[in-house]
Amino acid sequence: MMTDQTIQKIIGNVLKYGVRTVLVIAAIGGSIFLYDHSSETVDYTRFTENDHSIFQVTSDVLKGTAGLDARSIIFLAILVLFCTPFIRLLLSLVSFILEKDRLYVFITTLVLVIICFSVYFGFGH
Amino acid sequence: MQKAVLRPLYSLPLRKNPVIRTFILHTIMTVLVFTLIALLGSVCAGIIGSLSGLGGGIVVIPLLTILLGVDIHYAIGAALVSVIATSSGSAAAYIKEGIANMRMGMFLEIATTAGAVAGALISSAAPASFIAVLFGLALIFSAANSLRQKEEHLVTQSSSFAQRLKLPSTYPGMNGQPIAYGTKNVAGGFGMMGLAGMLSGMLGIGSGAFKVIAMDTIMKIPFKVSTTTSNFMMGVTALASCVIYIQKGYIVPDICLPVMIGVLAGAMIGSRILMRTDPKKLRKFFAFIIIFLALNMMYNGFKGKF
Repeated sequence: MMTDQTIQKIIGNVLKYGVRTVLVIAAIGGSIFLYDHSSETVDYTRFTENDHSIFQVTSDVLKGTAGLDARSIIFLAILVLFCTPFIRLLLSLVSFILEKDRLYVFITTLVLVIICFSVYFGFGH
Repeated sequence: MQKAVLRPLYSLPLRKNPVIRTFILHTIMTVLVFTLIALLGSVCAGIIGSLSGLGGGIVVIPLLTILLGVDIHYAIGAALVSVIATSSGSAAAYIKEGIANMRMGMFLEIATTAGAVAGALISSAAPASFIAVLFGLALIFSAANSLRQKEEHLVTQSSSFAQRLKLPSTYPGMNGQPIAYGTKNVAGGFGMMGLAGMLSGMLGIGSGAFKVIAMDTIMKIPFKVSTTTSNFMMGVTALASCVIYIQKGYIVPDICLPVMIGVLAGAMIGSRILMRTDPKKLRKFFAFIIIFLALNMMYNGFKGKF
């Protein structure tokens, strides 16, 4: 029987190991990045707005990571980091479904829908 | 393409000297130097954020913009990424201990995520100087609030709406005994959470201070539960606006890397320090630093330097 506490433990572990994975990937990407680019000069004083959908960003990052591109690996760490609260939401949804708590299944779905909306709103507007 | 550097260095009269200018542009601010300064600064921001209870994200933005001359949009993106990291990192422990109220967090996340989406969209349309001034105000408010005397309250009565939402719960007390608590004014708390989410999405902060006000002051939830639940909610709230930011190009891996690692490390060091010392005196000291940073941001915002 899956209880509230089992799910809470799983969520706790997802968050803990998720962050550790992120740090490992970021450290690998960061080392390659510093090795390849450390003497280049930087300029972050001007902001240029982009318009890429999250799917395009993800596929670019995966392609770059396959080619051991440092910036893509760091970006991959950031995307994995984004997954930790998202997986947390999905696990909560599972937990409420198992408890047959219809009200909270609805509430959790609503939060997920809002996050999906941000994909739509953030792109092409 | 890659040239300009430290804005403070820029503002010195020296910059007019072409030789020195070229030297600064092409010699000093390399990727290595930028990464090291940002990393060190983010560790400090993480420590200050953890000791003052404001969170690392809110301290790292003035650091990036004022000290390193990073555009505020990039700073917001990097700070928000670090907010997700610290939230996920620390929430893991709270959830296991059973202090954070998962149902309350989920219900209030409707308000914070909706607010965050709105905030991120406003932020991408608003001028940078407006964001800087608003950020300064939020920073001053949060710092002042961290100095406020907090009284622990425990209500046992709950409003009927709170009961229908199953918000009243228990948390483990000193001796492991569960302590039951009630919940009031759900609508008021929900509204305040919407505002907190909007500020989070607009300014790239966790806006923990506003979340705690919503739960602590309005909904009358015990302090321990409201701080942990607020921290737990930050990850999902930040995710809603981060998805918008990533599509609009706010998230630059070069900046996010040192900030994310630095703030996370700083937050860990900070929580170690917190276990050993009483932060009350430190809080006053940090509040002054933070108010100074806030005024600096607002001054630069008014002068249109962003």
